[in-house]
Amino acid sequence: MKDMLESIAREAKASLELAQSKQELENIRVKYLGKKGELTAVLKQMGKLTPEERPVMGQLANEVRASIEALIEATDEKIKKAELEKKLREEKLDVTMPGKKSELGHKHPLNIVLDEVKDIFLGMGFDIATGPEVEWDYYNFEALNIPKDHPARDTQDTFYITENMLLRTQTSPVQIRVMEQQKPPIRVISPGRVFRSDAVDATHSPLFHQIEGLVVDKGITMGDLKGTLEAFAKRLYGNDTKIRLRPHHFPFTEPSCEIDVTCFKCGGKGCPMCKGEGFIEILGAGMVHPKVLSGCGVDPEVYSGYAFGVGLERLVMFRFDIDDMRLLYENDMRFLGQF
Amino acid sequence: MNLSKKWLNDYVELDVSDKQFADDMTISGSKVEGYEQEGAGLQNIVVGKVESLERHPDSDHLWICQINVGKEENIQIVTGAQNLTAGDIVPVAMDNSVVFGGHKIKKGKLRGVESNGMLCSLGELGLTIHDFPYAIEDGIFVLGDDCDKTLGMDIHYAIGLNDVVTEFEITSNRSDCLSVIGLAREAAATFNKELKVSAPVVKGSGGDVNELLSVQIDEAEKCYRYCGAVVKNVRIKPSPRWIRERLRASGVRPINNIVDITNFVMLEYGQPMHAFDLRYLDGGKVIVRNAKDGEKITTLDDIERNLTPEMLVIADENKPVAVAGVMGGEFSGIMDDTTTIVFESACFNGVSVRRTSKALGLRTEACTRYEKELNPASCETCLKRALELVELLDAGDVVDGIVDCFPTPKEPVKLAFEPEWVNNFIGIDVSAEEQKKMLEKIGFTVEDGVITAPYFRNDIEHKADISEEIARFYGYQAIPNRDLAGVANARLTEEQQLERLIRSTCLGCGLTEIETFSFISPKYYDKINLPADSELRNSVVIMNPLGEDTSVMRTTAIPSMLEVLARNYKNRNAAAHLYEIPVEYTSQGTDTLPLEKQKILIGMYGDCDFFALKGIVEEILAKTGLNSYDVEAVTDNPTFHPGRTARLTVDGEEFAIFGEIHPAVLENYGIGEKAYVARIDIETIFTKGREPKLYKKLPKFPASTRDLAFVCDRDIPVLTLEKAISSAAGKLLENIELFDVYTGSQIEEGKKSVAFSLRLRAEDRTLTDEEADNVVKKAIKALDKLGISLRS
Repeated sequence: MKDMLESIAREAKASLELAQSKQELENIRVKYLGKKGELTAVLKQMGKLTPEERPVMGQLANEVRASIEALIEATDEKIKKAELEKKLREEKLDVTMPGKKSELGHKHPLNIVLDEVKDIFLGMGFDIATGPEVEWDYYNFEALNIPKDHPARDTQDTFYITENMLLRTQTSPVQIRVMEQQKPPIRVISPGRVFRSDAVDATHSPLFHQIEGLVVDKGITMGDLKGTLEAFAKRLYGNDTKIRLRPHHFPFTEPSCEIDVTCFKCGGKGCPMCKGEGFIEILGAGMVHPKVLSGCGVDPEVYSGYAFGVGLERLVMFRFDIDDMRLLYENDMRFLGQF
Repeated sequence: MNLSKKWLNDYVELDVSDKQFADDMTISGSKVEGYEQEGAGLQNIVVGKVESLERHPDSDHLWICQINVGKEENIQIVTGAQNLTAGDIVPVAMDNSVVFGGHKIKKGKLRGVESNGMLCSLGELGLTIHDFPYAIEDGIFVLGDDCDKTLGMDIHYAIGLNDVVTEFEITSNRSDCLSVIGLAREAAATFNKELKVSAPVVKGSGGDVNELLSVQIDEAEKCYRYCGAVVKNVRIKPSPRWIRERLRASGVRPINNIVDITNFVMLEYGQPMHAFDLRYLDGGKVIVRNAKDGEKITTLDDIERNLTPEMLVIADENKPVAVAGVMGGEFSGIMDDTTTIVFESACFNGVSVRRTSKALGLRTEACTRYEKELNPASCETCLKRALELVELLDAGDVVDGIVDCFPTPKEPVKLAFEPEWVNNFIGIDVSAEEQKKMLEKIGFTVEDGVITAPYFRNDIEHKADISEEIARFYGYQAIPNRDLAGVANARLTEEQQLERLIRSTCLGCGLTEIETFSFISPKYYDKINLPADSELRNSVVIMNPLGEDTSVMRTTAIPSMLEVLARNYKNRNAAAHLYEIPVEYTSQGTDTLPLEKQKILIGMYGDCDFFALKGIVEEILAKTGLNSYDVEAVTDNPTFHPGRTARLTVDGEEFAIFGEIHPAVLENYGIGEKAYVARIDIETIFTKGREPKLYKKLPKFPASTRDLAFVCDRDIPVLTLEKAISSAAGKLLENIELFDVYTGSQIEEGKKSVAFSLRLRAEDRTLTDEEADNVVKKAIKALDKLGISLRS
């Protein structure tokens, strides 16, 4: 009997090793462990054994059953694994095929850069102020130290609605409105649309965007202006960016300057983008003219401030290497879809 | 302003490269746009002497010349010019040379005879007879005694075509820098050199100017000063080379000695000068007065101009002879037979000159200078400089004395010297002594704590102006940077936060952002079929638009959106799903600024329908917390399809309209497929929306779902059924969703089947089938009352 049991164990093991599918496995289980299986058949003969032999054989038979069951379980695992692998192989995709198009819209390049600039200044503690696009002559010119017949009005060819009402040529009138309504300390930027009667071409548009900034407080110096604008340039174009100030003239600031930043394409070595200069002019700035301050009810003997302005279109065109400003207002999906 | 390096060197000796000069001048405040070497394109052209010339054997017009260019052997050149004789000194373009216009010259054969270069005309050097009046235009330039005739010398040096011209952009506040001396002063200060300008000296030739000329200023407000002088026995001839080449480098064409002197002084000092022929000055009188009504003058450019009483003129006893500060009259100019002239050196009010120039549409060099406000102090010096040049050039005999009419001399500007204030304002630490030195080198005087601004600086009026002078010579770059101090507590306003939320929602809904012009053509209102009496036609109108297309401020951004859709359609883009947050402008008359309101504009064509648009509108309102509003069909808006348009209202007020664009409008725009537009008022969302969002507990008990289909008349809106079911179902109805609308063979003609899915749930228990069925029964009963039956 012992021989029979051992032989069952051997045979079962051998056939399990060859089993490939769940069905074969089941067949083997039935053949050896089923009600009519070989092991059961052997156990049925237990009655013929002596009482001394019975527990010995019983234990042996249990061991054989346990070993076969364990083997079946292990084989089952092996087969499942093999079947999964086979399934995964069959599910293989050509991953080089294109992905499904996303459903998201595209932000306009002007707003991509504008939001970036806003966030930089928000981070530096500047509120965002807005004001009317159709403005009084007073806010657009007079209050900014540009009286009627001032030659500077020539360079800002103005669209007029009436003699005293116009389309603002700059966002500076917002600064005047802020100073009229708010006591220092003041820290704002005023982004928005401005209008000048320039015919449309690759670098001109009768409508464009400016972002102007204003800081008024006690003890503000030109060093603050430089510090802020260099920090801005570094955040916009990277930490290696440097700024260069050149004296200039604006009626509403004194001293005034134009500010260049190191070309972010060549880092200042000179390239076609910066026309070999190594620098690109992006900002106009200066200390707020004391006349402008006092006109807004801010005492220039107590407070001082600085102001700056940057043309958004210029920033955007440099950022994305856009060579024609008209693209920004044509809104062709083939253009907008690239952003 | 073009600055001649030679001229500059007359006043300040610099030892820097042209690049260094440009860079440093820019940094100290005189912005250089660029600089150029005169005759830069000319290469390998030298001075040669025609040793001999003989006729070409095979030609009736060519000459074979032997040219001495200072080398051992003469070179042979064949020329077609007919103005040469042996001994002439000429420009010789050698083999492998370049003449004006980039033309290369190489040796070759002309009708079989070897020619080793080319003899040059003025044109081939880029010059005209204005530069060398003794030369001829259609022949070889034979060098005169005002040239260096050293054989073999480079032509640039031989004829003085060797200046460097630097172009400056002069800002409107620095009219003093529109002059050679002004820039020389800046250069001297920038490079710490001495400025050498000496007062002009006039010898005179007897007589008394007062016997020939009198000056009377009627309008002292518009004419601050008028200086006049008289020159007799005028000898009109070309100016010497040094004058001609300085004018040429400055971009002014030399004419004759008298005209050149007026231009020379204007460029040198920045003071416009004028020369009259005394013959045409009736009574020898200069009267500075306003023009009379109906008065006319023919200006030097031969155009008759109507004058008005606001315009200042220079007149004699009988007539105007010049428009003050703008242009002279036709008879006032210098002619070949002019014998006695009057020089004018005057100072006019800038605003007056500017207005006159604008009214006449006449821009001249003189008026661009006057309108920046010149200072009357320099009138006399400039007049004397002109007279000095007359004597130097032997252009005539100067009558002794000048007539100087100076009603109200201008006091120099004085300011307190406050070096500490300047240091605090700029953020530097420069000693009082150092600041004093900086100011003095640009013509300021500092004495007893008082700064006196030089007469030529019209821009100085405040201590901030002084701080700029200190800062620019200290160097803007050297000012130490400082980080902003204080607490940064900025944040977006609630309006700005809402705008960002709307933008991100639109982007998330697959809409691409556009930016369109704020001004449109009034014709665009016709294109969207706006009724003739629509309030929206009352636009804010631009007085001086660029063109009709951009002449009024839009009262609705729908035309802008349709323009963009049309452009995309025309460009064969398969689909465009767009949005913009535009401003619309509503006129409130001329005493109040227009209302400016932000909208959301959505425009779509291709791969979309009405419900795609409606879904986006609903999504935007849901995200921005506007949850209660009513929907109505719109049948009478001529821009939209009468059967496929809806409006949304809150408290009965329309705040949004959306739908399919009317086919007639689509045709106006040339859009060949269905397009959809929505226009939503942001202010309503701001005031009525933004409901706070609060967390609702997740359900603990399962829901029961019941699907119901009803049959009703086709015209009954789904919303009617939905509302009836919702109110009948009560609290247990968690959600109702339309999932099918069917018309067709299974349904009676004129009817439709509408199917809803109801989700029912109680907060505190699992609903029994009975409870759920009860709700359904109530719903069916409610619809039954409306004559709507369950679909069998």
